[in-house]
Amino acid sequence: MAIQAIDRPRVEAAVAPSRKPPPSIFRRYPQFTISPAIFVALVACWWLATDVLGAPAYVVPAPEEVLRALVRGLSRTPWDRAGYWYHTAITVWEALLGLTIGSALGALLGFAISHWPILGRSWYPYIVGFQSLPKVALAPLMVVWFGFGLEGKVFITAVITFFPLLVNTMAGYQAVEPERIELARSCNASEWHLLSKIILPSCLPFLFAGLGVASVLAILGAVVGEFVGASAGLGMLLMQYDQQMELAPLFAVILLLAMIGFLMNHAVGILERRYCFWAQRINASGRP
Amino acid sequence: MKPVRAAPAFLQTSADSAQPLILARGLSKTYDTAGADRVTALKNLDFEIYDGEFVSVVGQSGCGKSTLLKVLAGLLPYSEGSVELNGKPLRGPSPEAAVVFQSPVLLPWRTVIENVLLPIEFRKLPRSSYRQRALELLNMVGLRDFAMRYPFELSGGMQQRAAIVRALVQDPRLLLMDEPFGALDAMTREQMNLELVRIWGQNRKTVFFITHSIAEAIFLSDRVIAMTTRPGSIADIIAIDLPRPRDLSIINTDRFGRYAAHLRSLLDAQGGMF
Repeated sequence: MAIQAIDRPRVEAAVAPSRKPPPSIFRRYPQFTISPAIFVALVACWWLATDVLGAPAYVVPAPEEVLRALVRGLSRTPWDRAGYWYHTAITVWEALLGLTIGSALGALLGFAISHWPILGRSWYPYIVGFQSLPKVALAPLMVVWFGFGLEGKVFITAVITFFPLLVNTMAGYQAVEPERIELARSCNASEWHLLSKIILPSCLPFLFAGLGVASVLAILGAVVGEFVGASAGLGMLLMQYDQQMELAPLFAVILLLAMIGFLMNHAVGILERRYCFWAQRINASGRP
Repeated sequence: MKPVRAAPAFLQTSADSAQPLILARGLSKTYDTAGADRVTALKNLDFEIYDGEFVSVVGQSGCGKSTLLKVLAGLLPYSEGSVELNGKPLRGPSPEAAVVFQSPVLLPWRTVIENVLLPIEFRKLPRSSYRQRALELLNMVGLRDFAMRYPFELSGGMQQRAAIVRALVQDPRLLLMDEPFGALDAMTREQMNLELVRIWGQNRKTVFFITHSIAEAIFLSDRVIAMTTRPGSIADIIAIDLPRPRDLSIINTDRFGRYAAHLRSLLDAQGGMF
């Protein structure tokens, strides 16, 4: 206690505004300075483990081997089945299609069961039950239903991306300020106006939060779908390389998937800043 | 001081025979709670409000004054008695009444002018023909230059002024204000009171104003309804016979002090104001 009491003024003096130097470049742009540094450090560790300490190539391939595989795979034309572009396009297409269908249905049902409580209460046990089910368990069934084509992967992706939107829409609907609804009612607003001009925009921040989660899950859905049975796609490539014990291209595809996931999430972030700019301003000013 | 239940003097000559804008008789509101017991929020209220009048309601928190406002706004059904708005029984929200809430309730994704025109959209009226009026009203409250800004760019007082303009844009006869300045700091609140007196002077809308500040009620009103709590009922209705136009200096007059003391005693009899 006594030590704290003595220490505190000294700490405060150190950060007194008059003596504070301008914030460093690391503090201002950590994403452009510290983040790349972390990447370099991780690759260095990797390189140290394989090339210097000699971890066997059938456990962890060397970073330069992975880079070579990545460059080789990406230097092919998009129509070449031996290259990565072809399979990337298929996986991304499956993910986007599934994401669109799944999130649209999730949001729609979320609005419906929030707006008509009887619907919500009667369907709730099934929704909870279905949500606790690991959706991946449905993947084998999908081959039976849809075969090895696109539809099965879209289906599994839609099922996986459905819930984040459903749950977030319900939470968003609950969170609409009651005063906004009273304002609409006091102006004799129609149900449609209430929904389209008040409730739907109020829910947008929640919808985007759900979409952010769903965008990452969409890649998972497409890849799992391809694991179970596919003739093309990055998930199929993963299985292929795994069976052939080709770890360098396997790692390359994993890196590729990570980048796709990152980009999808980033795209949602861009959309959110475009269509939900006001929510971020409110958060920035510390108000709910 | 003698309680006055009749219409204020300036109205009695011309409006004695005229029907009041609001006429409430035996108005009661009970809530059914989850248990078997019912909560009586409003009990047997009788009052009338005349055209162009500024009437305030003071009372402690929980005396049902917000419930009363919601009933008058048509947002809550009442349980017993009758309420007439402009001679017609009140059933649901009316285009003749507009509400100003405790918080500004501006939609953050709409600019100020779009927020102001929201009631016009809800009422399916042509936006273009109300735009000029909206801009004039914004000009009147000093927000003309902020019409294209978003609410988060405005201070709390400016936001509440925009909310008042939104209520005025549909040209209602009755303005229902639910502690509209309660969330503002004391300085801004005084300014907003002066502003409201000025706006009211220009428009002469009928205002039904809820507050828990006795001084605010006296400063603004022609008549003050003092409400007591549990169940919410009217202790007295006081006519405030202070000259208009008013400025803040009247707060220091003897007459203002006597009104305040009387109102405080009415509310104190029910277990203390603070």
